[in-house]
Amino acid sequence: MTFPSRVPEPYGQNGSANLADILERVLDKGLVIAGDIRINLLDIELLTIKLRLIVASVDKAKEMGIDWWETDPALSSHARRDELSRENAELRARLAELDDGGLRREPEPAIERGRAREEPS
Amino acid sequence: MTGLRYVYAVCRPFDAALQSQLKGVAGAPPRQLRHHDLIAVVSEVPERDFAEQPLRAHLEDLDWLTETARAHQSVIDALTVVTTPLPLRLGTVFRDDSGVRVMLEAREEGFRRTLDRLAGRVEWGVKVYAESEERESSQAPAKVSSGRDYLRQRRRSHRAHEEMWENADRFARRLHETLAEFAEDTRLHAPQNSALSGVPGRNVLNAAYLVPRAHSEEFVELVDRTKGEEPGLRVELTGPWAAYSFSGEGGETGEGGETGDSGGAATGAAGGGVDGR
Repeated sequence: MTFPSRVPEPYGQNGSANLADILERVLDKGLVIAGDIRINLLDIELLTIKLRLIVASVDKAKEMGIDWWETDPALSSHARRDELSRENAELRARLAELDDGGLRREPEPAIERGRAREEPS
Repeated sequence: MTGLRYVYAVCRPFDAALQSQLKGVAGAPPRQLRHHDLIAVVSEVPERDFAEQPLRAHLEDLDWLTETARAHQSVIDALTVVTTPLPLRLGTVFRDDSGVRVMLEAREEGFRRTLDRLAGRVEWGVKVYAESEERESSQAPAKVSSGRDYLRQRRRSHRAHEEMWENADRFARRLHETLAEFAEDTRLHAPQNSALSGVPGRNVLNAAYLVPRAHSEEFVELVDRTKGEEPGLRVELTGPWAAYSFSGEGGETGEGGETGDSGGAATGAAGGGVDGR
């Protein structure tokens, strides 16, 4: 019979085996047999599973450049700070605009007036 | 209350007992189902989780998948200690024992052939990682005083980068050649995405080697000797695994479309990595 002479010590696999290594073999390799209720990983998109796994883990998704939550103020305090400073800057700009509003508004009517003058001719 | 049959592996009958504590997928202890001179290792799983629809849904649940994959692998591991199992993919489920028997009957020839080929062999996984990114970023923050300095620095880092990859590629090829010479069979798998594995560095070689159990120690030494040989490159060994990467072909040679497909999928997944010679 085929009894092993000696089993080498497991390497990097005992208990703490890397999940990716296990999934790689258990999902991707091994013999595929269609069961009689047709459960067969062949027709399940392994890639989809993998992508979902990545997205399932926030840190890892970030590595992939999926970082929308970083810029969403509802989800990130960092983004909230950014949001505040952005708002602040916007308000300052508008204030400045209002301050010299009298000076800036002048040219606009001038153009309109100019246009109005041209129209009849 | 109805249970389905989850099949882990097919093997030759063996005398040694499995660990009594061993629990399979969904917690039930695995048992042997004998058919002629083959054994299917099965356990009962609840229909509410393992019928086609719920299983599909579960596969997208990371926690469920992790637990199930580990349970599957722990049964395969236990079998690998006492015999040479032909591991099946996660999620191979039959209605009942007779369904499993029908499957064994139909594929008897192929199973025997594959089991003979794999008897007494185990699979070792070897990965090489290049740790360039970290080293680069630690070099980057040097201050530049002029545009010319900047460009010079860019060129230097670009060249170092280039050299690094050439070096990694050369090393991986050489290692693969050495190990392939020693092993009975090899498979190159797609490099693992670090985003998925969480392992630092870029995976430049992800290979599996079929090695007789009796020669495993030599193989391990062979790999160990290359560790730390090249700065910036990390060699990682996993195993012994059941011959997952080598269990496909038995059925591939003339056993109907469905197995042919499986072979195709396996090769598809094996693309990339170091190109074959």
